[in-house]
Amino acid sequence: MTTALVVDDSRVVRGFISKILESIGFVVQQAENGVLAKAACEKSMPEVIIVDWNMPEMNGLEFVEALRAMPNGHEPKVVFCTTENDIKHIMKAIESGADEYIMKPFDRAILETKLDQVGILPHSVETSALAAIG
Amino acid sequence: MTPNTAKVSGDPYEVLCAFLKKESGLIIDAQKRYLVESKMQPIIRREGLNGFHGLVDILINNKSAPLAKEVVETMTINETYFFRDKVPFDKFSQVVLPKLIETRPAYKTIRIWSAACSSGQEPYSLAMILDQMKAQLGGRRVEIIATDLSEAILAKAREGLYSQFEVQRGLPTPFLLRYFDQKGDKWQIKESLRSQVQFRRLNLLGDYNAIGNVDVIFCRNVLIYFDNAGKREVLAKMRRNLANDGFLMLGASESVLGTSTEFVADPMHRMVLSPADANLGAARRPAVAAPATPAALRAAILAG
Repeated sequence: MTTALVVDDSRVVRGFISKILESIGFVVQQAENGVLAKAACEKSMPEVIIVDWNMPEMNGLEFVEALRAMPNGHEPKVVFCTTENDIKHIMKAIESGADEYIMKPFDRAILETKLDQVGILPHSVETSALAAIG
Repeated sequence: MTPNTAKVSGDPYEVLCAFLKKESGLIIDAQKRYLVESKMQPIIRREGLNGFHGLVDILINNKSAPLAKEVVETMTINETYFFRDKVPFDKFSQVVLPKLIETRPAYKTIRIWSAACSSGQEPYSLAMILDQMKAQLGGRRVEIIATDLSEAILAKAREGLYSQFEVQRGLPTPFLLRYFDQKGDKWQIKESLRSQVQFRRLNLLGDYNAIGNVDVIFCRNVLIYFDNAGKREVLAKMRRNLANDGFLMLGASESVLGTSTEFVADPMHRMVLSPADANLGAARRPAVAAPATPAALRAAILAG
């Protein structure tokens, strides 16, 4: 079972993402801000993290930077999922160590596409053309 | 427009299906009735027509050529997205392109045809792959010709402007950053990439001479809309345009089995097909004229 951590201060969004992930075979944990997400990772590092940008206590960018500095913090695939939809934010997220970026609003197909692109979609048998051509 | 339903006999849905088949080769089965009706409703409302009957009356009596064209275009537009189905693009970059690079002299232009390109995501995905593989191409020129039946969808494709939803379906974020400019809440393919794709209107039941010889044809998720005779016709014509050692790429769930003997699937790569008569030489098939370029036309005129 692939483990996932969903980090978002909105209970509705956490629930929406978690339901999709669970339906395709993930075991999902939730956190409502960066501090709680970091604590969850210290306890048990998930294989994929879906993280919002704007959250109280520790925002998504600060969390990803802190995560990547942790021992084994390079292991999880990180996908931002945020309403920050401008090119500067996307660049910043990728530079901070995120693997993919979802702009809200999004749907199930987009989430699945992004999981596939980071190579974490269960039952995915084909490797990405894009990974192959680097 | 005055509604007139008197001349339509029989089920207007069936009359519309027959009209679409005649105009575009499109086959619509009975299960798609809801889809057809929902696509036609905005047109019926806008034109103030007497429902489906009113629309069909206009079509079969040639009362409005622009409306007939709009109906055909509306029904033939396919939803698509960047790197759709992913695997054909894997095969293109890992199998097809390396083979073409190996077998073609460096001075020869590699020509790729995206048939039924819809809003342009397929040819632009190919352009992105080619840009990524620039080093392997070693300076070779590559032409991408993208065709569709619909002028409206070709206009969208040429503009290369996509919504946030469209760019997130299939497109990896690094590619979004590299190949798009943000325009408000939309994203536009950069001019350098747009200029690599030539968009042209083409009916797959029409004449392909303007396309010329090509090395690769992407014809994915299109044949499913034709009946067997239509499929045979399209495949036979594509064969004439395809180089003997060229490749035909079909959709993930498509096959030519039982439809055409023109192509055979690669046993290792199911959706990659090659001409069945490839080893018999070019004499077997009629030559297709190369597309006329301004320089070729000028040379012909000067030569008298």
